Amino acid sequence: MKCGVVIFPGSNCDFDTHHVLKNVYGRDTVFLWHKDHSLHNCDLVILPGGFSYGDYLRSGAIARFSPLMQELQEFADRGGMVLGICNGFQVLLELGLLPGAMLRNKNLKFLCRHVHLSLENTATPFTNRGEKGRILHIPIAHFDGNYYTDPATLIQLKQNNRIVFRYCDTDGKITDESNVNGSMENIAGLINKDGNVLGMMPHPERASEAILGSEDGRVVFDSVFHYLKTGSLQ
Amino acid sequence: MIDKKILSEHNLTEEEYRRIIELIGKEPNITELGIFSLMWSEHCSYKSSKAHLKKLPVKGEHVIQGPGENAGIIDIGDGLAAVFKIESHNHPSFIEPYQGAATGVGGILRDIFTMGARPIALLDSLRFGPLENAHNRSITDGVVSGIAGYGNAIGVPTVGGETYFHPSYSLNPLVNVFCLGIADKNKIFYAKAEGPGNAVLYVGSKTGRDGIHGATMASAEFDEDSEKKRPNVQVGDPFKEKLLLEACLEIMDQNLIVGIQDMGAAGLTCSTSEMASNSGSGIEIDLDRVPQREEGMTAYEIMLSESQERMLLVASNDKVKDVQDVFAKWDLDAVVIGRVTDGDRLKVRFHGETVVDIPVDSIVNLCPLYLRPSRRPDYLEDTARLDLPEQPEDLNAVLLQMLDQPTIADKEWIYRQYDHMVQTNTVFLPGAGTALLRLKGTESGLAMTLDGNSLYCYLDPRTGGKIAVAEACRNLACVGARPLGVTNCLNFGNPEKPGIMWQFMEVIEGISEACLAFGIPVTGGNVSFYNDTEGVSIHPTPVLGIVGRIEKIDRAVSTCFKSEGDLIFLLGENREELGGSEYLRTVHGTERGLPPIIDLDDEKRVQEFIISVIDEGLVSSAADPSEGGLAVCLAECVFASSREFGFAVELDDEMRTDALLFGETQSRILLSAAPDKKITLLSAAKNAGVPLREIGRVGGTRLDIRHRDRSVIDIPILEALRVWKNSIPERMSTKT
Repeated sequence: MKCGVVIFPGSNCDFDTHHVLKNVYGRDTVFLWHKDHSLHNCDLVILPGGFSYGDYLRSGAIARFSPLMQELQEFADRGGMVLGICNGFQVLLELGLLPGAMLRNKNLKFLCRHVHLSLENTATPFTNRGEKGRILHIPIAHFDGNYYTDPATLIQLKQNNRIVFRYCDTDGKITDESNVNGSMENIAGLINKDGNVLGMMPHPERASEAILGSEDGRVVFDSVFHYLKTGSLQ
Repeated sequence: MIDKKILSEHNLTEEEYRRIIELIGKEPNITELGIFSLMWSEHCSYKSSKAHLKKLPVKGEHVIQGPGENAGIIDIGDGLAAVFKIESHNHPSFIEPYQGAATGVGGILRDIFTMGARPIALLDSLRFGPLENAHNRSITDGVVSGIAGYGNAIGVPTVGGETYFHPSYSLNPLVNVFCLGIADKNKIFYAKAEGPGNAVLYVGSKTGRDGIHGATMASAEFDEDSEKKRPNVQVGDPFKEKLLLEACLEIMDQNLIVGIQDMGAAGLTCSTSEMASNSGSGIEIDLDRVPQREEGMTAYEIMLSESQERMLLVASNDKVKDVQDVFAKWDLDAVVIGRVTDGDRLKVRFHGETVVDIPVDSIVNLCPLYLRPSRRPDYLEDTARLDLPEQPEDLNAVLLQMLDQPTIADKEWIYRQYDHMVQTNTVFLPGAGTALLRLKGTESGLAMTLDGNSLYCYLDPRTGGKIAVAEACRNLACVGARPLGVTNCLNFGNPEKPGIMWQFMEVIEGISEACLAFGIPVTGGNVSFYNDTEGVSIHPTPVLGIVGRIEKIDRAVSTCFKSEGDLIFLLGENREELGGSEYLRTVHGTERGLPPIIDLDDEKRVQEFIISVIDEGLVSSAADPSEGGLAVCLAECVFASSREFGFAVELDDEMRTDALLFGETQSRILLSAAPDKKITLLSAAKNAGVPLREIGRVGGTRLDIRHRDRSVIDIPILEALRVWKNSIPERMSTKT
């Protein structure tokens, strides 16, 4: 099993993600350069957080034109596992691999803090090791995390159970107050129809070691490794 | 012709001009004059401070590089070196808060990665005027956004710092930015231009007209026209700097260069002449090859521009192609603009003509140094007299008023805007007082803190200087870390005023004495003079940045109470000291008296003790009372905990209750420990000869303090917490 972490110019969680995959999980992990045209036979490709192209124009808007994105699109179409974290999620939206867009946070400020997430769907390759309704403690760090989509798409997302994480309070209740950035329906993470592309604003790689205060992010990595190994969501 | 008007526009005296002519053997042309104006500015030359800075102790067993380079370097074991420095960006941040602060971050980052280190932490010491004033709010908002905008984008976490609010900063905010990077101890790079014939490469952003005379601006007082200086402030591009950072670390990793220097203050002028001077070489450049983003720039403008995100490299000719390939990978230009020469001259060509031809030494090393007159200011006679006001009846109200004071209140509104977790090393979140980072691949960690109480320095600069060092070290000790090295940012008013010069010299004496006592070297720093607006000077504000190491990161303790039933101990003695306290200032509106006394021997014993008992695992939490004294410190130990335990404390000291609760006596630490550790702790304290006594226990839902059998503080946690948390957000959301 091989993992790849894409480096765009301006990525800044590339090393962090690589560290978790390689040093915490001991997986074979490589960096993938955005100008290349090969995913080097990776089974899991992660678009990490950061400010690709400075987030100039619009978050993720320029990165989606990186040469490697052509291969990524094909890989995703073939059912390859793709995880977009924070800026990586924004790139996935720009690529059209996931629906919707990100607006500025409702308070119009960058926001870095731990949040509570409700795990809404455990029947995905990225969450099968978690229990439904589990409350995860994972940090966010973004300026543009206020998820928006059109009403029709939103209905589809809900009907197909594609909302994977939602911002919640300490008791797991989905409230306006716990909706830190103003996202529609408190959406913090989404999966595509086929279940192989996940985008999430919170940073699981920042919550994968006890010394950093939380290991709740591991549920994402545990799950995808389990799925890649067994092909099972059980 | 150079006349008086031109000289004054360049902030040069006639005497300095005569010296220039003497040194270069001719009348300088306007470009050469511009070069001298920058390099001989206070900001670049330290002409008023150099003689005094020599007093600071700079040697120590861990020092790899002391003052004089881009940053100081200390050995932190495991084959690693910590490269760190603090620098001010005060003047630009007043004129244009967002860009001023942002480029302050950009500048200090370049100082660190220029030496081959990857920056892993940023901290800021910020000083603003009171938030009741709309202009101060807008400066605060702009500065915080600027730091966030730059630091977040480049991916270096802002992990801590301090923020003070005081009227003396209303027209002169202070923005001091600290950065620390980690390098392989055997792969450190310096600003060298060695080897005649070697290529001089310009990399990074194109040169524009921004920031011309920035360093000169930072070397003069502000007046009503300061707004007009806005074009002197540079504009930052963190994305470009991120590319530059990665490209530079890559060429250094591949050993492709001889030397490297960032273009910060004084841009191309400073980098070329300093690199040459450091190596005893000459340097020749051709300005027509310098990438430019504006048309029709003159030689004067190109040499003096302070455009951001630029570096100068020296590489042997056979490596130039490899260097350019790495930069091309990161979509950056790397252009050969000249070469290293034999001899000692800086020669600059422009449109085929030589426009500068002067000895590098004259610019870099031969600026006149000043021993400016100093005199103890008269105000000190007056402020030393303190008639203590009557103690207020309702001390609960006093505590709430203190918690509402923005200097003491929760800073989450600020640090939540900073990405403080990127790079996944942040063990303690900001707000803890001390930043603690793990070092991946080792068992150890680095602790960092910034400290400096300017009110103490105003009332007694020498004691204030000593306390700044002692308190910063105490912050580290409370985590369990030992201090290894110091960087300092010395912010003062106009040094041409004898009273300011005296404050400066006294503060340095205080810092030196304390550093010697703790055995920690000063490895570099920055002096910022002329922090005056319309004739009013800031309080003298030394900011000490101290870096320490903890051998076993999992032994570190934080400030917050951990378990119900833990006992609370006071290490150190209480004294009736209210002079210079935040309590007198906030509650009684008076800045008088003398700051608390500091005995460095007592201080060292206290710190040694806390480090040893933390290492032995005897302690659950440790915090040092600072502004607001014991009562505020106890409250903060509660607020920092997500579990929100209260406390019940009983004190029997014979003194005024307000002094006991809010006095800022030094060399004290509040710690909590499990009850079964009590006997071991007390006997360890006895053996170490430090005063330690049990004063209460953790638990309940109230902040509860009794003094000599009388309840003096009794407030529900939530009520106090609300005041402390809402102070800054409520003020910042005021619209009028």
